Amino acid sequence: MADRVAICSAGQTKYSPDRCDVREGDLAYEAIRQVLDETGLTLSDVDSAVTTSQDFWDGRTISSMNIQAVVGAHLSHEDKVAEDGLNAVFAATAQILSGHVDVVLVVSHMKESQAEKALIENAAMEATYLRELGLDFLSTAALQAKRYMYKYGITAEQCAKVAVQNRANAKNNPLAQAPMDITVEDVLSSKILSTPIRALDAKPVSDGACAMILTSGKRAKKITKKPVYVMGISNCYEAHSPGERELADCNALTIAANKAYKMAGIKNPLKDIDVVELSEEYSYQQLMWLEGLGFCGKGEGGAFMDSGRTKMGGKIPVNPSGGMLSGKPNQVSGLAAAAECVLQIRGQAGDRQVKGAKVGLAHGMTGMCGQHQCVMILGK
Amino acid sequence: MSQVTIKLEDKEIYVYEGQIYIPNKYAAGTIGSKVLINIRDKKKLLGMRCPECNKVYFPARQTCVECFGLLDEYVEVSDKGTVMTYTMCNESTIAQPVDTPIYAVIQLDGADTGFVHMLGGVEPEKISIGMRVKALFREKEDRRGSVLDIRYFKPL
Ligand SMILES: [Zn+2]
Repeated sequence: MADRVAICSAGQTKYSPDRCDVREGDLAYEAIRQVLDETGLTLSDVDSAVTTSQDFWDGRTISSMNIQAVVGAHLSHEDKVAEDGLNAVFAATAQILSGHVDVVLVVSHMKESQAEKALIENAAMEATYLRELGLDFLSTAALQAKRYMYKYGITAEQCAKVAVQNRANAKNNPLAQAPMDITVEDVLSSKILSTPIRALDAKPVSDGACAMILTSGKRAKKITKKPVYVMGISNCYEAHSPGERELADCNALTIAANKAYKMAGIKNPLKDIDVVELSEEYSYQQLMWLEGLGFCGKGEGGAFMDSGRTKMGGKIPVNPSGGMLSGKPNQVSGLAAAAECVLQIRGQAGDRQVKGAKVGLAHGMTGMCGQHQCVMILGK
Repeated sequence: MSQVTIKLEDKEIYVYEGQIYIPNKYAAGTIGSKVLINIRDKKKLLGMRCPECNKVYFPARQTCVECFGLLDEYVEVSDKGTVMTYTMCNESTIAQPVDTPIYAVIQLDGADTGFVHMLGGVEPEKISIGMRVKALFREKEDRRGSVLDIRYFKPL
């Protein structure tokens, strides 16, 4: 990258199944307050706000109006990213590298509890051939899971292990919505949603917000003693229809990751990265994403899980926060993944601290079957 | 608007149910119209071949995602194909055309892309990847120029 871009502060709300006590702006405020307090900045110090929300989920067109008052966007600069929050970090990074903007506030909010998930996802489908079938992201994910498990011999037990491990990790995260002591048997006996996906393979409905302050590397030194740098970031998306791509592979993720790795000078992800925070709505996706990111080969995600390397204390701990399966909203998840990496790299992750974490990988996705993928490398 | 009041600890929280009602029109385009009209009138499935990559898309489409070529070579693909993946929904949503649909990606003979549709007329436990299936069209008077003019795919 032309210059360094730093994250000066990251804040998150506690994730909750239903924050009916707050409006969207009030929810975002809880996260924004944290980053302003930590940096000592005020909204008038913020040159630009990049927000991320989706109109259908907010039940309002131009959904960023819901949080206008709390991001300082009144008579000021604001852009909205309608994809996962990690893409807002990408936009903020580009703004800072332009040299015209020095301090950017990134905010992502979501109240999944207020919306009809299956209908919104159905409305995301191509209108002529897919929407009338009534498809949503659950049924299409199930098509992907089945194809993936068939092609590579991935077992339901291996997917269930992901569900168990993430809920266990969440026990050390005070912001997690749904830490759980569950077993593989619990997952395999939970209700079927759409074969082969069961209730405990899926994320719960979640409300929450995440905020971040990014600045130029130079400015960061005046704001914080612990800047965390954006070392590399990229995104990639692939064909929309589940019929127009090999569902068992996530080639878009590999392309996004390789671009981010190149920017960050990562040659061997398994060796060069210390901690990973992924966004997965369903357990099988974690195995696929690990393959796509190059931590193991295609079809090896199940065996990689079995090897224990993704556990806390393992070679490459995945989702110390508990991830989306422990309750994190869509849209917020990728930004929250970056926020967790910030805590880990600063050594502020409490009971879930990955010892000596210097380089983190944050991942966010948007759309059905991981159609749009964003990858960021963070470091000291 | 209907409303509910939720008691949250010591607070009363007012939550009301709203709905945004926005009708919309969706043009199927020249090519999409031809595909849908051929299904409706002739039970024919029209794909499109890219002369550069030789790839056959079904349903027919205007541009090739591989080479960005503008396409105009219609080819008829078979109403028979192979199940590439499937899922049985356990709960219904109001968007779904039938209760607890069985969705599948089907590679039709003569097409290089998968077609997403439903399976029917089969015991769920007898479905497998690789299974051969054939389109079951609705009766002529019930066909209205929609992907749902195919009721489902059934085992051959
Ligand atoms: Zn072509």
